[in-house]
Amino acid sequence: MLTKVKSKWNYLVIAALLVLLLLIPFEWFLGQYTHLAIFIGIYTIVTVGLCLLMGYTGQVSLGQAAFFGMGAYVSAILSKTYGVNPWLAMFIAAVMTGAFAYFIGYPIFRLKGNYLAMATLGLGLIMWILFRQLVQYTGGPDGMVGIPYLSIGGFVFDTSFKRYFLIWFFCLVILLISQNIVRSRTGRALRAIHGSEAAAESLGINVDQFKVKILALSAVYASLAGSLYVHHLRFVSPQSFDFLASVKLVVMAVIGGLASVWGAIFGSGTTHVLSEVLRKAGEWDIIIYGLILMLIMIFMPGGLFVKLKEIFERLRLRYRQRGVEP
Amino acid sequence: MSTDQFVQYLISGLTQGSIYALIGLGFTIIYAVTRIINFAQGEFVMLGGMLSFTLASSVGIPLIPAIILAVLIAAAVGAIMYVLAIRTARGASVVSLIIITIGAAIFLRGVAGQIWGVNFVRPPFFSGDKSISFLGAYIHPQALWIIGTMVVVTIILHLFLSYTMVGKALKACAINPVASSLVGINPKTMALIAFVLAAAVGGIGGVVMAPLIMTSYTVGVMLGLKGFVAAAIGGFKSPIAAVVGGILLGVVESLAVAADWGPFSSAYKDAIALVVLLLILLIRSGRLAEEEMTS
Repeated sequence: MLTKVKSKWNYLVIAALLVLLLLIPFEWFLGQYTHLAIFIGIYTIVTVGLCLLMGYTGQVSLGQAAFFGMGAYVSAILSKTYGVNPWLAMFIAAVMTGAFAYFIGYPIFRLKGNYLAMATLGLGLIMWILFRQLVQYTGGPDGMVGIPYLSIGGFVFDTSFKRYFLIWFFCLVILLISQNIVRSRTGRALRAIHGSEAAAESLGINVDQFKVKILALSAVYASLAGSLYVHHLRFVSPQSFDFLASVKLVVMAVIGGLASVWGAIFGSGTTHVLSEVLRKAGEWDIIIYGLILMLIMIFMPGGLFVKLKEIFERLRLRYRQRGVEP
Repeated sequence: MSTDQFVQYLISGLTQGSIYALIGLGFTIIYAVTRIINFAQGEFVMLGGMLSFTLASSVGIPLIPAIILAVLIAAAVGAIMYVLAIRTARGASVVSLIIITIGAAIFLRGVAGQIWGVNFVRPPFFSGDKSISFLGAYIHPQALWIIGTMVVVTIILHLFLSYTMVGKALKACAINPVASSLVGINPKTMALIAFVLAAAVGGIGGVVMAPLIMTSYTVGVMLGLKGFVAAAIGGFKSPIAAVVGGILLGVVESLAVAADWGPFSSAYKDAIALVVLLLILLIRSGRLAEEEMTS
């Protein structure tokens, strides 16, 4: 009975959210926030990957912005400098980034905890330095402008309105894929790894291989998001992929409830809305991010989204009990 | 490269290395006692430098009290950080603690950005700006201050850990927290002392380095990373090892830049340290994994 009610509720919530998503870019609704909503979508894609890696598998990445940046730069360079079709460029970027993550995965996952965190931080910074210093390819600290739009046949994604639907289509597909992964045998294996690597290993789970595959998957997500990012903004510069960018991604994952695929939207959304509000009051955002990271990790290590869901469930149970008793 | 130039690069490597060594000391102290890598370590260095600038140049306090005050404030920030953010997160996982110290780091950085703005600043030199000639190379007096301070801090720290009651208690706690709590050493107090010491040493690093290489609210990340590399070369074992690691890194960096060939150029100076970091971590990965298991 309870599960039935719950699923009915879930469908209602999902339907409401979908209608909201569909209406956002229309001028008479929240049209002026289309740009913001596009960024929420792009960063949701990166955050889902990070959630799979950190929340489900329990591995830290402080260099996720590097994968995001690789996708962005490979797409930008191929499509602008070499005139490759943007879709093909996007595909090549994803394959390259995924392969790169796969190959560094094996050595890097020999490290754990603190050392893994430092190694990923170092790797992220190396990529950032490369973006800045390989001036003849990347345009250096000034970045690149005039990157072409994506298009299908004669249909060019040349307005925010059009790109909004394209990007959220990608975002929802990736969320669905991720949800399937989490509910599959792979997802259970990942959670087993998080619980105890030794125990997972003893059950016949190839721990290293799963970790590496998830890293590669999260890198592919980040790369796709990076490609969408450059074809949306038509501009790219190294600033978007520095250490703070990686930390912001961690903030999104942490707010989104590390072990929750749909929480990624919530994490990305909250962070972006917060930045938008705080921008008007000066650059207060990283102070707030710092506080959020500390508070959430101290008081609700499962993440804010998970905690809110818990509170909601508890309130509903109490309400139902009250309804039965008198 | 002539001998003169070589000596020049060596001196500059030693100077940089001394700064890394001071930061590495902080990492080592906290890690030894608490098994936490404090990602905010670089921010203490930033605070030391920025505070000494404000106190000495803007407020106009004489240099020596200004320096002492800057270090004390940095140490107090370390204490506050431990009490509010680390101690309250009892039983947190390694991943949670990493994220907490990162939160603290960007929080401090954000606050510093609000207070000091985005400009680079330079506190006054300790003893003038006239370089001293040495073996055909020139050495800035502030560089001597940096190297000297590092040596003095290391010696004091060594004596403190070896010959005082509190120092020995810290060592005991680093070796085995459970056993040391059985003989009446409170691990939490020791952790607090470790954070205060690390923040003070970091603050000292910031104070002596800032006049020579300038500072801004963003310098914490890179300096923190370099300090971590120093501590990692030293294996997080002893303060002396961290110092050796720091100097090694400084000299390698400086000579690599001097080589000025392909990727070995000033454009990639920071990347060199990061590659060293990755190499060390990967070479040691087997042993590091064992350590994490036993701790």
